Amino acid sequence: MKYIDEFRDQHLARGLAGAIAAAAHPTRQYRLMEFCGGHTHAIFRYGVADLMPANVRFIHGPGCPVCVLPMTRIDHAIALATAHGVTLCTYADLMRVPAGERRSLLKAKAAGADIRMIYSTADALRIARADPERQVVFFAIGFETTTPPTAVAAKAARAEGLKNFSIFCNHVLTPPALRTILATAGPDGVQLDGILGPSHVSTVIGSRPYEFVPAAFGKPIVIAGFEPLDVMQSALMLIRQLNDGRCEVENQYTRAVTLEGNRKAQALMAEVFRPRETFEWRGLGFLPDSALRLADDYADLDAERRFPVAIGEVREVKGCECPAILRGVKEPTDCKLFGTVCTPDNPMGSCMVSSEGACAAYWSYGRFRKVEG
Amino acid sequence: MCLAIPARITAIDPTGATATVALGEVSRECSLALIEDAAVGDYVLMHVGYALNRISPQEAQQTLALMREAGVLTDAGG
Repeated sequence: MKYIDEFRDQHLARGLAGAIAAAAHPTRQYRLMEFCGGHTHAIFRYGVADLMPANVRFIHGPGCPVCVLPMTRIDHAIALATAHGVTLCTYADLMRVPAGERRSLLKAKAAGADIRMIYSTADALRIARADPERQVVFFAIGFETTTPPTAVAAKAARAEGLKNFSIFCNHVLTPPALRTILATAGPDGVQLDGILGPSHVSTVIGSRPYEFVPAAFGKPIVIAGFEPLDVMQSALMLIRQLNDGRCEVENQYTRAVTLEGNRKAQALMAEVFRPRETFEWRGLGFLPDSALRLADDYADLDAERRFPVAIGEVREVKGCECPAILRGVKEPTDCKLFGTVCTPDNPMGSCMVSSEGACAAYWSYGRFRKVEG
Repeated sequence: MCLAIPARITAIDPTGATATVALGEVSRECSLALIEDAAVGDYVLMHVGYALNRISPQEAQQTLALMREAGVLTDAGG
């Protein structure tokens, strides 16, 4: 397919690998954090990590919305479907994510709750229109990429006067998470030299919001596409910045990302959502202004207001290293549960479930690398 | 979650709200609510049923040219 095949070309990959090997000084370390789970999967699926010299390493970041969602929010969603009896519409990614006491949406569905997997917010609206007597809640999750479609659905529900549709909002923002990673980096946290910046998030927000990365933290960042050649070229751009002593926001993904981003999508988000004072991220803790809620004008569509739910404390699975893995401090293979009790068939932590999670990437493409190496 | 795929617009409905897009041999509906001035033949990044942005053919060519250049320079350098 156009714009996919050419960015997976093996001859170009070989050339880029040679350029990276030639550019990387053997005497220094290049620890590059790929922010997004999409990058992590490209790195493992296409063997990009194996094309790098030993001193160019990828460190996996927290850019997986399913992985960073705290278990209490899944429990909250389950309570909406069970205690309040609503029809809960969710993207499929969330179905198997473990909640407290080994619950999950899939198990709740199996036990009779009306939980439906949908592809698009348009499907949730369709389900609400088809049965006006049933309350339909859309489980909204995702970074800035996935937020604008939720805003469109909110506006459509308002325009149609759909009384039985509401939104359980869990949208989170990328820059605050990146800021937290950088603020805690160093001897006690993750050690990194540069950032591969978000790909499709940046098509919406543009490359400008990352200016704090070089300005406040002195680290270079390259906005990187999700195809393997994009990741390799971005790594080369970071290596060159580090070699030259430069520290800038550069954009590798110019075919889809501009400085300003998608203003129409930004305006929709600004109309429908407001920042939450604080929101919990798995692994990163409570971060101020890091997530969105529905704006007061749209409060009638807010499922948290329409259906009160009280969730107590939820215990993490003992031994699960998802929080440290999400901070880049540990690798999946550092976790005792990895590949033993925790597998994609029987996941203990969110990083093994999500198609973007680091543990799922290691399991699918890299679990024998160390053994063979 | 953030995955988006390049899709070619093959038809736009009379209201301009949705398009039919081609993903290889597969045909799908795609909302145009998030972009402006879409035209048949444009490539867009499709995410959860919405076109997020247009893909710039010129920029794509330039990126590929830079990738070729990086490989060639290394070969020349030994």
